[in-house]
Amino acid sequence: MRTYSGHSTPKASNELYRQNLAKGQTGLSVAFDLPTQTGYDSDHALARGEVGRTGVPIGHLGDMRQLFDGIALGQMNTSMTINATAAWLFALYIAVAEEQGARPADLRGTTQNDIMKEYLSRGTYIFPPGPSLRLIADTVLYSVEHVPEWNPINICSYHLQEAGATPEQEVAYALSTAIAVLDTVRERGIAQANFDQVFGRISFFVNSSIRFVEEVCKERAFARLWDRLGRERYGVQDPKLRRLRYGVQVNSLGLTEAQPENNIARIVLETLGVTLSKSARCRALQLPAWNEALGLPRPWDQQLSLRIQQILAFETDLLEHEDLFDGSKVVEQRTSAIAEAAWAEVEAVLKRGGGVQAVESGYIKEQLVSSNAARVAAIERNEQIVVGVNRFVESAPSPLTTDGGADVILRVDPEAEREQVARLEAWRKSRDADAVGRAIEALVAAARGGENLMPASIAAAKAGVTTGEGADALRQVFGGYRAPTGVAGARTPSVDTTELEALRGKVAELARRLGRRPKILVGKPGLDGHSNGAEQIALRARDAGFEVVYEGIRVTPQQLARAAADEGVHLVGLSVLSGAHLELVREVMVRMKERGLEEVPVVAGGIIPETDAEELRRSGVKAVYTPKDFQITRILEDLVGYVEAAHAAA
Amino acid sequence: MKGSPEEIAEQVVRGDPAAVAGAISLVEDRRPSATARIVALLHALGPAARREQCQRVGITGPPGAGKSSLVSALAALVRASGRSIGVLAVDPSSPRSGGALLGDRTRIEIDPDDTKMYVRSMASGGDLGGLARAAAAAVDVLSAAFDVVLVETTGVGQSETDIEHVADSVVLVIQPASGDTVQFLKAGIIEIPHIFAVNKEDLGDVATRARTELQSALAQSIAGETWRPPIVSTSAKTGKGLAELLDAIDAHHRHLQKHALLGERRSKAAAVMALQLFARRYGEVGVERAGGGPALLARFREWIAAGATAVEAVARASKG
Repeated sequence: MRTYSGHSTPKASNELYRQNLAKGQTGLSVAFDLPTQTGYDSDHALARGEVGRTGVPIGHLGDMRQLFDGIALGQMNTSMTINATAAWLFALYIAVAEEQGARPADLRGTTQNDIMKEYLSRGTYIFPPGPSLRLIADTVLYSVEHVPEWNPINICSYHLQEAGATPEQEVAYALSTAIAVLDTVRERGIAQANFDQVFGRISFFVNSSIRFVEEVCKERAFARLWDRLGRERYGVQDPKLRRLRYGVQVNSLGLTEAQPENNIARIVLETLGVTLSKSARCRALQLPAWNEALGLPRPWDQQLSLRIQQILAFETDLLEHEDLFDGSKVVEQRTSAIAEAAWAEVEAVLKRGGGVQAVESGYIKEQLVSSNAARVAAIERNEQIVVGVNRFVESAPSPLTTDGGADVILRVDPEAEREQVARLEAWRKSRDADAVGRAIEALVAAARGGENLMPASIAAAKAGVTTGEGADALRQVFGGYRAPTGVAGARTPSVDTTELEALRGKVAELARRLGRRPKILVGKPGLDGHSNGAEQIALRARDAGFEVVYEGIRVTPQQLARAAADEGVHLVGLSVLSGAHLELVREVMVRMKERGLEEVPVVAGGIIPETDAEELRRSGVKAVYTPKDFQITRILEDLVGYVEAAHAAA
Repeated sequence: MKGSPEEIAEQVVRGDPAAVAGAISLVEDRRPSATARIVALLHALGPAARREQCQRVGITGPPGAGKSSLVSALAALVRASGRSIGVLAVDPSSPRSGGALLGDRTRIEIDPDDTKMYVRSMASGGDLGGLARAAAAAVDVLSAAFDVVLVETTGVGQSETDIEHVADSVVLVIQPASGDTVQFLKAGIIEIPHIFAVNKEDLGDVATRARTELQSALAQSIAGETWRPPIVSTSAKTGKGLAELLDAIDAHHRHLQKHALLGERRSKAAAVMALQLFARRYGEVGVERAGGGPALLARFREWIAAGATAVEAVARASKG
C-alpha cells in the first residue's frame, strides 16, 4: 500500500515520504517531475513551469541524497515511476544506497522502465525505440547480476487503457512490449537459468476500469497468456516464475470533474476488479485521488485513497476466501474471449515485425487513437453513461467544491522552481569539473561501444553529472525521436449526427467567407505528453471540415508561435495537462504577439481549475475547456464563432 | 494580409517568412474577389520565382515510404549547406468532410528564429487528389523567396504526376518489399522521376533487392535519355545516403542548367499545369469552349513564355 507522490523539491518530498511512512504506508512510490523524466536540467528552456510540478525534480546525486535523507534504502521498497531516464535514476539510487552503506544486493524496488508505452501514451520518451530497448535490456541484465531483488521493468498496460485501449488491446500490447524486451535480453546472450529469473522478475502495471466484472476477466486472461508465453515461447519450466505479477493503479480516465465526490464510488468499484479474484489478484495497489480531474491532490486526498485500501484489506472479508470465480461459466466465457482476442492481436503485432516496429510504424498508436475516438463518441451520444456528466447531471450545491474546485487542490509553490535552479547552479560550481568531463566521455564511449550502460552511469552519478548532462550524452549517440501521433491513420466512428452535419455546414460557410478552409493549430507546449485530448480534438476538427495542423507533443512556445505564423492559421488551441498551463499558455501568447499574431484567437484545454481559467481569460484566452466539456462537437462550434469574430474584426 | 500585392511581393523576395506566409494564405483564397490580387502578386513575383539558381524539388512516393522523415532530414542538410529552404507538404483532404490533418508526419525541426527556413503544410483540397491551384502558386511564392523549394506530396492519385509540373527535379521515394516498383512500371510513373531514393536502407536485404529490381526496370525505360536517373539508397533513421541524395538533386539541377533545359522545362510544365488547372475548374466542356486542349495549351505556352505564371494564364483564359 502506497501512494504515488513527490513534488516541489527533494526536501519537501522527503518530508512527505517520512509522514506517509509514519501513517502506515509500507513502501515508497516516487513521482518525478517532467524535466527529470525527459532528461532535462531544471534550468532548460523546456523545463520552464514544469519543475517540481508532477513530481520531484532530481537533477543530480545531491538531490537523490536529500530525497532519501533519513530513510534507509537497504530496508526500503521503492517504486520509481521513471522510464526514459530509468537507467540514470537507478544509477543515482544505487550510488546513494552505497553512500548509506547498503549493498546493491539489499536493494528492493521497481523502476518502471517501460519506454515502449511512452511512445503510445505518456510521451516521456527521449530516444528512438531501438536504443530505448537497449537501455531496458541493460538495466535488466545489470540487475539480474548485481541487484537481484530489484524489478528492473514494470510493463505498463495502465497507460494504454488511459489512451483508450480496450481490455483486449491493453493485454495484447503489454505482452508485445514484454516480448520485445525478452527477445532482446535473450539475443544479448544469457544462460537459460538466468533468463528464467528475468522472466520471473518482469512485472506489469495494469489499469482497472469501472466495468469491474470485465476487469476480473481481463486479469485472469492476462495471467493465462503470460503463463502460456513463458511456457511456449521462452521454455520457462518453473510455473512459479510464470505467474503474472502485477500492480495496479485504478483508472483515472473515468474520473470526472463534474460531481467529483462520485469518484470515490468509482475508485472502490475499480479496486474490486483487481482484488476479487484471488487467482489473479494484484500484488500492489495504488488508488488515484477523488479530485484528480480538478488538479493536483493534496496529502488529505491521498490519505483518503490509502484508507479505502485499508478498509478493503482489514475490515472486509475479502482476503479470507479462495478464488470466488473458479467454476463460474460467465467469468470463464468472458475470460476466454478476451484471451483469444488479445492473443490474436499479439500475433498481428508480431506479423508486423514485433512491438518496436509496430510502434515505429504508428500501427499500435493508430489502434489506440481509434478506440479512444469510439469511446469519446459513445459518451457524447449518451450511449455510454457517465453519471453526473451525460446523465443525472443535476446536483445540490456541493460543500466540497464551492469555488469551482479551486479550493480543493494542491498549489505548487512557484518559489520551488527557483530554489531548485539555484541548487543546481550551486551543485555545478561545487563539483570537480574534470571528473565530470571524464565521466561524460566514458558514458558516451559506453553508449557507442554497446557495453552495458549501468556501470558508466553509476560512475557518472558519483562524479556529479547532472540528469540533463547524462541524457545529453546519450542523445549525442542515440539521437532524438518523435513518435507517430497516430492521428492521420486513425479511424473515427461515424459520428455523423445531425449536430456534426450542422457543424460541417457552418464550417463550409465559414470557409466560403474566409476564402479558404478554416485552419487551426492544435499544440501541446511544454513537456506534458498526455495527448488524448489534443488527438481527439484534432480528429473531430478534421471530420468537421477544419484543416488541422497537429505536430504532436513537446513543442516549445517559440516553435508553436512560429508554426502558427508560417502555417497561416486562423486559431490556436493549446492543451496542457501537467498543471503548467498558466506559464505555458501565456508564453505562447507572448511569442505570438511578437510575431504580430495577437489577433489570432487562442483557446486552451486541460486540467485547469476555475480560478486559473479566469486568469487565462483575463489575459486574452477566448475559452478554457476542462474534462467536463466532453462534447467535442460543441467545442468546435465555439471555435467557428471565434474565427468568425476575428475575421469580422479584421 | 495587408498591403498591395506588389508590396507583399517585395517582402517575399526579401525572404521574409511572415510575408511568405501571408502570400501563401492569399493564393489559397478561393473567393473570386481575390483572383485579381493573386494574379498581381504572382506577376510581381515572376522574375524572382523564375531565377535559375532556385531549385524546385518534388518528393513523392507511396504512403509509408518514409517521405516525411526523408524530407525532414534533407531540409536540415540543405540548411546546413548554407542555402535557404522553403518546404511545402501537401496532404490529402478528407473526402467526407473536406477537412484535413496536416503536418502530422512532417514535423520538421526548425529553429524558431531561423528566417531562412520555412515550412508550410497544405491540404490537397477538392481537386481530385491533384495539386491544387494554391499548391502550384505556393511553389511560385516559395521559389521567389528561397534557394531551395521542397514539395512533398503523398503519392496517391493525381498528385504524383502533377508534381512534375511544378518541380524541376522529381525524387521518387520507394519502400523496399512493397511491390512499389512493379506498380510504378505499370502506371508509367517510372518515367517521371529524375532520382530514385530506395528508402529504409537499414532494412538490409530487402532494400538491396528493391534496388536491383529498379535498376533492371530502369535500364529499359531510359534508353537514349541524356540524364540517367541515379538510384540512391537512403535511410533517414541512420542518415545514410542523405548527402548522396542531395548531391544527386544538385547534379540534376546543374544538368538542366548546363544543357539550357531549365527554362524550357519550366515553361512547358507550367503550361501543362495551367491546362490541368483550367480543366479542373471548367471541366471538359469548358476546355472545348475555349478552343480545345491543344489550342489552349499552345496559348498557355505563349503567355508563359512571355512571363506569365500558370495561375495567371488560367485567370487570363477564363476571362476570354
